[in-house]
Amino acid sequence: MSILVIAEHDNSALKADTLKTVAAAQQIGGDIHLLVAGSDCQAVVDAAANVNGVSKVLVADNPAYEHQLAENISLLVIELASDYQHILATALSIGKNFMPRVAAILDVAQVSDIIAVESSDTFVRPIYAGNAIATVQSLDDTKVITVRPTGFDAVATDGNAEIVSLTNVTDACTSSHVNDELSVSERPDLGAASVVISGGRGMQNGDNFKLLDGIADKLGAAIGASRAAVDAGFVPNDMQVGQTGKIVAPDLYIAVGISGAIQHLAGMKDSKIIVAINKDAEAPIFQVADYGIVGDLFDVLPELESKL
Amino acid sequence: MKVLVPIKRVIDYNVKVRVKTDNSNVDLANVKMAINPFCEIAVEEAIRLKEAGIASEVIAVSIGDKSCQEQLRTALALGADRAIQIDTDLALDSLNIAKLLQKVVEEEQPQLVILGKQSIDSDNNQTGQMLAALSGYAQGTFASEVKVDGDKVNVTREVDGGLQTVALNLPAVVTTDLRLNEPRYASLPNIMKAKRKPLAVKNAADFGIDLSPRSTLLKVTPPAERQAGIVVESVDELVEKLKNEAKVIS
Repeated sequence: MSILVIAEHDNSALKADTLKTVAAAQQIGGDIHLLVAGSDCQAVVDAAANVNGVSKVLVADNPAYEHQLAENISLLVIELASDYQHILATALSIGKNFMPRVAAILDVAQVSDIIAVESSDTFVRPIYAGNAIATVQSLDDTKVITVRPTGFDAVATDGNAEIVSLTNVTDACTSSHVNDELSVSERPDLGAASVVISGGRGMQNGDNFKLLDGIADKLGAAIGASRAAVDAGFVPNDMQVGQTGKIVAPDLYIAVGISGAIQHLAGMKDSKIIVAINKDAEAPIFQVADYGIVGDLFDVLPELESKL
Repeated sequence: MKVLVPIKRVIDYNVKVRVKTDNSNVDLANVKMAINPFCEIAVEEAIRLKEAGIASEVIAVSIGDKSCQEQLRTALALGADRAIQIDTDLALDSLNIAKLLQKVVEEEQPQLVILGKQSIDSDNNQTGQMLAALSGYAQGTFASEVKVDGDKVNVTREVDGGLQTVALNLPAVVTTDLRLNEPRYASLPNIMKAKRKPLAVKNAADFGIDLSPRSTLLKVTPPAERQAGIVVESVDELVEKLKNEAKVIS
């Protein structure tokens, strides 16, 4: 049995969550190949070759794959598909975008966002925003799967895989890239940070998010936000943690001025330790928090920063 | 140009879902149902394109039993011109839904298909991409801005780390993210008018597609409950607990 994992990357670095998708592949069991499709992406290839459990890195390095447009990547994966019983991608923006195209063309269903592997054909996935957990058995010959990174522990990176270059180029010529507006930040990526501190409506405005900076600096944390804070225009939407934003599971999650709406909890309740800072003692966030402080965040935050 | 908007009837997003005691599925008996929030945004976007003089006709389509006509009437009240119900009692997976929609695309020849990025029940996030692939169209998923420009559409997408804009040849498929627009409410006169707008019913079995399921739902369980912890009295106590008890900071 062979498993194809498609690497999530930005042409310069391999996303750490790919290591978790490889972990899911290991649990399924089989010979694991990692596909790196990009342009000028040698650094990613080098990193991919070190991923434990991977026997081969397939490299498609071509301008057609620079922005990993779904139309082009899906055609490439379909060309390779006949050699594999399982095709896995990470449930991040790139994987979520192209993977259903692969499934549709192969005429198989896709199992989205798995959080556990029961056997080579049975998987566990959250439904209803994590308010129910479904165990699903796939009946298709080829299993097309996206993996939610928070469900798996990353594999190590002391492997040494064989690198194979692919020469065929697939370009659907139906779409093109216009531009990216990516947030520039010195902080770790929300999805990969071991500490996340998030602000909610209680922050009152965007300026007050600066109160989180000092604490984030001291803890090496990423900064997130609730949907309420994003909708109110305090911060950009790529900071949103929740059902429709980022799903995170850091070692420490600090929720500041966040009441704990069900949509927010869906994005962070798998964190190891949750701290809630809120002046409303009845806020639902306290029902999931390991440690809570009932108090005014404008008093608590400066004090916390000074004592870390 | 014609715009096709596939929509789904789902549990109302304000309702807390409960798992059946036999773990066979979630319990939807007597639960309030509504149009999937992302689908509502798709309807709104299509209507705005019509108001801007870009779209000539907005067609809503839904797949399900007779009850989904309620959501189609909602789409008509919001401003869609006509509706199609593809009638079936089966709980279809995304692939079969996409296959049925592809037949509708073939028949109606819309220049743009706008649909929600995912439904809040099965959370699959597949149908739009599958429909695009089966139709041979480009796709702009997780859209926060849609601009039609001649024979292309520019779609700004919400991606990890920010925004990405892609240009798609028309016809194309767009899936909506939350911030694309804020849907309007239907006015009473429009709700009345919607009752007289055309709603065609087609039988899913007549499309010549094998609709057999591709997976078996073995069980559905409630998520592991997180135990509430403790309320600490001071920041000092919090820092002490995080260092010595939880050991998550040093």
